[in-house]
Amino acid sequence: MTKQKNIVELEDVVVKFVGDSGDGMQLTGTLFSDTAALAGNDLATFPDFPAEIRAPQNTVAGVSGFQVHLGQRKIFTSGDMCDVLVVMNPASLKANLKWVKPGATIIADESAFDEKGIEKAGYKTNPLEDGSLDSYHLIKAPISLLTKESLTDLEIDKKLAEKTKNMFVLGMMYFLFQRNLDNSLDFILKKFSNKPEVVKANQVALKAGYNYADTVEAIASTIKVGPAPMEKGRYRNITGNVATAWGLLAAAEKSGRPLFLGSYPITPATEILMELARHKSLGAKVFQAEDEIAGICSAIGASFTGSLGVTTTSGPGLSLKSEALGLAVITELPLVIVNVQRAGPSTGMPTKSEQSDLLQALFGRNGEAPMIIIAASSPASCFHYAYMASKFSMEHMTPVLLLTDGHMGFGSELFKIPKVADLPEINPPIAKANDHDYKPYRRDPVTLARKWALPGTEGLRHRIGGLEKTNIDGNVSTDPLNHELMVNIREDKVMRVANYIPEQEIMGEETGDLLVVGWGGTEGMLKSAVGHMQRAGKKISLAQFNYIMPLPLNTAEVLSGFKKIVVCELNKGQFVKYLRMMHPEFKYLQYNKVQGLPFHVKELTDVFTKIMEEK
Amino acid sequence: MLDKRIEKSPVPLTKDDFASDQMVKWCPGCGGHAILAAVSNVFPRIGYKKENFTIVSGIGCSSRFPYYVHTFGFHGIHGRAAAIASGVKIANPDQSVWIATGDGDSMAIGGNHFIHIIRRNIDVNILLFNNQIYGLTKGQYSPTTPMGQVTKTSPQGTIEHPFITAGLVMGAQGTFFARVPDNNVKLMTEVLYEAAKHDGTSVVEILENCIIFNDKAFSSVTSREKREENQLILRQGEPMIYGKDNDMGIILKGTSLYAVKIGIGGITEKDILVHDQFNPDPGIHRMLGRMMGPDYPVAMGVIRSAKASTYDDLVEDQIEIAKRNSSIKCVDDLLNSGDTWEI
Ligand SMILES: Cc1ncc(C[n+]2csc(CCOP(=O)(O)OP(=O)(O)O)c2C)c(N)n1
Ligand code: SF4
Ligand SMILES: [Mg+2]
Repeated sequence: MTKQKNIVELEDVVVKFVGDSGDGMQLTGTLFSDTAALAGNDLATFPDFPAEIRAPQNTVAGVSGFQVHLGQRKIFTSGDMCDVLVVMNPASLKANLKWVKPGATIIADESAFDEKGIEKAGYKTNPLEDGSLDSYHLIKAPISLLTKESLTDLEIDKKLAEKTKNMFVLGMMYFLFQRNLDNSLDFILKKFSNKPEVVKANQVALKAGYNYADTVEAIASTIKVGPAPMEKGRYRNITGNVATAWGLLAAAEKSGRPLFLGSYPITPATEILMELARHKSLGAKVFQAEDEIAGICSAIGASFTGSLGVTTTSGPGLSLKSEALGLAVITELPLVIVNVQRAGPSTGMPTKSEQSDLLQALFGRNGEAPMIIIAASSPASCFHYAYMASKFSMEHMTPVLLLTDGHMGFGSELFKIPKVADLPEINPPIAKANDHDYKPYRRDPVTLARKWALPGTEGLRHRIGGLEKTNIDGNVSTDPLNHELMVNIREDKVMRVANYIPEQEIMGEETGDLLVVGWGGTEGMLKSAVGHMQRAGKKISLAQFNYIMPLPLNTAEVLSGFKKIVVCELNKGQFVKYLRMMHPEFKYLQYNKVQGLPFHVKELTDVFTKIMEEK
Repeated sequence: MLDKRIEKSPVPLTKDDFASDQMVKWCPGCGGHAILAAVSNVFPRIGYKKENFTIVSGIGCSSRFPYYVHTFGFHGIHGRAAAIASGVKIANPDQSVWIATGDGDSMAIGGNHFIHIIRRNIDVNILLFNNQIYGLTKGQYSPTTPMGQVTKTSPQGTIEHPFITAGLVMGAQGTFFARVPDNNVKLMTEVLYEAAKHDGTSVVEILENCIIFNDKAFSSVTSREKREENQLILRQGEPMIYGKDNDMGIILKGTSLYAVKIGIGGITEKDILVHDQFNPDPGIHRMLGRMMGPDYPVAMGVIRSAKASTYDDLVEDQIEIAKRNSSIKCVDDLLNSGDTWEI
């Protein structure tokens, strides 16, 4: 009989699984998250891959991790410091200890902490034995060894036995969190359906881990995270890149315009290209171009001929696309450009996230070339903003640049599945056959959008291009006043989109001591930090912007209600520069970080507290 | 074969159906005018509905072309016509897509797109206006300017080895290559019709005189006095014979081609190579494409026209197969696929 264990009930927990690239940590984390979601937790996840594809085994460079933040309340981020760390080798402990809360639980595979492993990780002595982890709740278990033992009856080869140790540790975690094993057992069955011995080995290891945790004394208490209050509905887990791809597909279906994607692979945007390539059954045409320029140019060609043209990329690729962005502006065609931002300049840090392409998005083109700029703010929100970017682009006949980032692209959260029928209508201004009034640059008086005249349609033959054209007739022109008119119209057309976007929301009171301003992917951390201080009674609110160009109509009103404003960004201060330009009547403080890392809640609350205390 | 997918015009069309209301702004005497004439001849002859032609161009004198033909037209940016046209054709295979481009546009700034559209064999027709100079920017050397030529950016003569267009196209696995002089509108019209019939990327190199910045660049081949001696006009299934008196021919000896005089050294008409533009092996086509004076005539007409699958057809096939086999028929299916649960 095992002793009855205590139950510790927690609001939210951050768990991180770390091991060598080959240890199966991504799968382990994913299964743990799926089970938590089924148990009703809200959650967000983030995978942490090594930059190298095949880093040397058991070195710090080869550590692969998967973090999940789960809670019985609304979860905004994948968390910063972890409460539970699962380490499969010394190198992963070395690489991750700095992200562990004091007093946190560390579950370590003792069998991997042999002399060689310890040395490879750069430790002098065994950290599990030398007392350096005394301030943590350390659970040492010879996981590899125990896994092999549990499988002795199965007569399987050693390699396979070694490979299932991740299931053993997952079993331990399921005991620790008092989870049901069924979902994972079922997953294993489906995944390896044609390899019965693999199914058996993984299932046995999973159960063995669960039972072991039950008996071992080091685990004196279990953790309970109850179901979060969630809106009723159907849910799934989704990453930002997949959500972006699906939002584009939804917009194509809703508008009746086929989707064409022209792209060139680049981290961290490639997953959108790969995801869309899987959905030819929905009629999506996906063209892996020879470079980013061909990616965007093919998308413009597709738009000209009636498709929703899209190109997806990251910073360096956006630089290559600059000239063609201007072409889309002047030809007044729909085009969605998705920039999954990463740390720059140049190749920079491809796998690390940053918000440093905002000024490029706003201003990085020759000539007066205004563009609608939208930023998504969390993995699941990418669906909505990709959809809205497509809608505005088609209805207003102008390119839209959607900014996401690597953290959002790879990260996941729960997504309430919408019905396509409930999504906003999309009505592109398509010219009718034999419309005698048709002229390439005749416009809708309200939106200023020109008509989309599709090749093949009778009576609509026309020519457009990168040379300036006369308004209405669309003839090539260098007339000075016409040029100025066209420049103004193109700008006005973009600015009028402000009439179609929602008002800027404030989280918290509309007046107070401090307004925190953020945009895009920092939403989760800023919400957590501001929420924390609000609960402590501070007069602090948050305005997180998604619509950047144009800004929401009530922006000045939002900014005017506070004694101080601080703009927080993962760059040197790009949005704050833009706000100073657009709304110079306010005084802005700024808080910036450019480390390729997200904000942490603690650093933010410290900064806000300090600002609020200063005279 | 002409494309069955593209809808035919219910009524016969004429030149006038494609006449544009725009003033043609090329210099008088520019080779561009002849190309415009040939295209105006061939579009009605092809017989697709007039709404089913799209012309895409880059930047250069040559790239002004779309304004001068009354079709759907897109005047792009420098070098990118092939990329834009790829999107047009893949997205809308029901259009007959034509690209108007220059030697600089396609072989300098747009070289990458040029080789890749050819490699993919996307079903478009490329009119390559080769004047061996940058016309629009007023006379700098281009990737096809002969070595040593003095231009505004090579006052001591160029020190670059030029591209031979045919070599580049066939190196990129081109399935169709033809060459025509700008002063033979009849041949050009025939060749353009052949290009339209070809399934895949057709490159038609037009030796175009830029009367302002590179006048008479091709006169040793194209002038009235020289053309019979220095042009070999290829015709499918016919011996490669040329010359004022039709007594010159091309033979294959060892692994090389030679220009010979019939009747000398025991050469008879039977020894002369017979042109087979449809030969999948590009060996002879490459050699024909590279021939130039003073030892050889320049080959004109359709040099190569080989069968291969086209990218745009295969895209349609894959979509059809996916539609048939996938359980995901609409976005709602997709959203609800895989692991989902009710709360
Ligand atoms: C990005 C960019 N670089 C340079 C130019 C300037 N430019 C315009 S046309 C041209 C060369 C045109 O030569 P070619 O393609 O041979 O066309 P042609 O005028 O001879 O017909 C150049 C360099 C440009 N428009 N855009
Ligand atoms: S500059 Fe040369 S290529 Fe350009 S229009 Fe004049 S003659 Fe033709
Ligand atoms: Mg030229």
